[in-house]
Amino acid sequence: MSTPNRQLTIAQAIREALREEMLRDPEVFLMGEEVAGHGGVFQVTVGLLDEFGPERVTDTPISEAIIVGAGIGAAMLGMRPVVEIMFGDFSMLAMDQIVNQAAKLRYMSGGRISVPLTIRTTLGAGRSSAAQHSQSLQAIFAHIPGLKVVLPSTPYDAKGLLKTAIRDPDPVIFIEDKMSYSEKGNVPEEEYLIPFGVADIKRHGKDITVIATSSMVPVALAATDTLAQQGVDAEVIDPRTLVPLDAQTLITSVKKTGRAIIVDEGCLGYGATAELASVVAEGAFDYLQAPVKRLGAMNVPLPYSHPLESVIIPTSKQIVEHALALLA
Amino acid sequence: MELSKEKLLTMYQDMLTIRRFEEMVFETYRNGQIRGIAHLYIGEEAVAVGACSVLRRDDYITSTHRGHGHCIAKGGDVNLMMAELMGKRTGYSKGKGGSMHIFDREAGILGANGIVGGGIGMAVGAALAIKKRKTDQVVVAFFGDGGANQGVLYEGMNLAGVWSLPVIFLCENNHFGEFTPYRTVTSGESIALRSTGFGFPGVRADGNDVCDVAETVGQAVERARQGQGPTLIECVTYRYFGHHSGDPGVRYRSKEEIEQWKSRDPIESLGRTLMENWDVSADEFERIDEKVTNKIKEAVEFGLESPLPDPNEVTADVYA
Repeated sequence: MSTPNRQLTIAQAIREALREEMLRDPEVFLMGEEVAGHGGVFQVTVGLLDEFGPERVTDTPISEAIIVGAGIGAAMLGMRPVVEIMFGDFSMLAMDQIVNQAAKLRYMSGGRISVPLTIRTTLGAGRSSAAQHSQSLQAIFAHIPGLKVVLPSTPYDAKGLLKTAIRDPDPVIFIEDKMSYSEKGNVPEEEYLIPFGVADIKRHGKDITVIATSSMVPVALAATDTLAQQGVDAEVIDPRTLVPLDAQTLITSVKKTGRAIIVDEGCLGYGATAELASVVAEGAFDYLQAPVKRLGAMNVPLPYSHPLESVIIPTSKQIVEHALALLA
Repeated sequence: MELSKEKLLTMYQDMLTIRRFEEMVFETYRNGQIRGIAHLYIGEEAVAVGACSVLRRDDYITSTHRGHGHCIAKGGDVNLMMAELMGKRTGYSKGKGGSMHIFDREAGILGANGIVGGGIGMAVGAALAIKKRKTDQVVVAFFGDGGANQGVLYEGMNLAGVWSLPVIFLCENNHFGEFTPYRTVTSGESIALRSTGFGFPGVRADGNDVCDVAETVGQAVERARQGQGPTLIECVTYRYFGHHSGDPGVRYRSKEEIEQWKSRDPIESLGRTLMENWDVSADEFERIDEKVTNKIKEAVEFGLESPLPDPNEVTADVYA
């Protein structure tokens, strides 16, 4: 029997997805830095070593290139590795493997080779961790044909999307917000999958569309609460996957509201917001009643000290201000 | 290790197949029938053939930008290879890969690679999958003296060592990384010594002696099959041609050096052994050459007659 309104944290939801897929398919295994004995630096994989043993939940050396490279090789032979790169920043050490190998093997081989690899990693500032432990690098991956890029924002989405990622025949970059692992939400006990390329409307509204990703979804929802008090009915859409992108849902919403704000925690310059803004600007140009507004991290490295770090990332207050300005 | 006459003749024929293939690639490149660049393997045939002679079809290799020899030696189809080099739809990768991207999973070819050292990571991963599935296959990761200076090799050797994976790191030291003599950019007495710190054997083989390569790699393969882990092998050989088909290869080395290595040609050396120790006649050599040459000519014909890809195919195979 299912428990109505069962609440899980995002970390628990991810762990449950990993566990279910490992039980379902003996070819699924986990490896990465600290994933086994320590249960992951964010405690996401706690308990999986005890249940599945060191053959399937394995600590690696701190060697990002070979963590991903070995994942690619095992995937080429048909296994379903889930590798963890502890901080998104560290994925830069594996970029040849991700960009030149994993992303291109199917194409370079004319479809002869599949790389069913899932790379779990993190994004997000806010922990006073400075410039090498705080970046949100999704735009870099989304720029590379051959990769799929997933950005869950709720426990429900995290579980359903991760199960889809593990079963996907192509390499998937699954990016978790390190600040929201303990956020709770409903996750049904029955099995479900969430297909890629299907955006989710997190709040329905008619006056303005706020397109937000990952860590910025709760920030956008908080902003819409404030806006509602001022009589503004905002719609919040989470694309959930940058690649493939559900352009139609974004365009349909903006055609309805005539105004759009795009919010993503990556740097503003050449960021995911730029692509999303161009998608809605091209797709809904004749319906726009104001320019599309983008909000992202300032174009500076993430600083350490709190007063510096706290001004870098978009806030609910900024979303409210820009929404009101666009509606003025 | 005593090899039979049949085995030696097979190795001779395989080496000659690679050489005739590469000669034809050079010719078709000069005719403009192959675009882009091709990195020729001439002079190094004993390494690919010796190593692959001790592998089973269900074993795996990862190859390099100079990969035609490895692919032929592991059982790749020369027709599909030549068509791929010509950018034809019938090629191994439907014309999407070219010279540096030949894959044949059934033959155990996990790909040539356009990134120096690019195949090492996936070779370690393939070995990891083999170990997890508890089969007794092995993986040979070919790389050059250039690849020997890539960081991923050391991450890979460490992981293969600590997890005792069935992988052989096979460095083909052909003396040049692109246009640079390896001695000027490579520290230490030998590349083979570099496994010492990782706690598994590192050995040197004469890369111009197919029997020495076969014996050395054979021992490493046995070790790997028995679960005793990886081996690093440095096969010392020499690249006759330039870095690629458009490089004459004369500006960074002397003619004397090239001639000296050519006097130790791997195919001629084995030919002499077969003639002197196994009474193989001049007629028989001629028959082998004719057979091989015809096979390569047919591959060229197959390639030339094959259709080019349709521009509409450009978006296929990005994702499943």
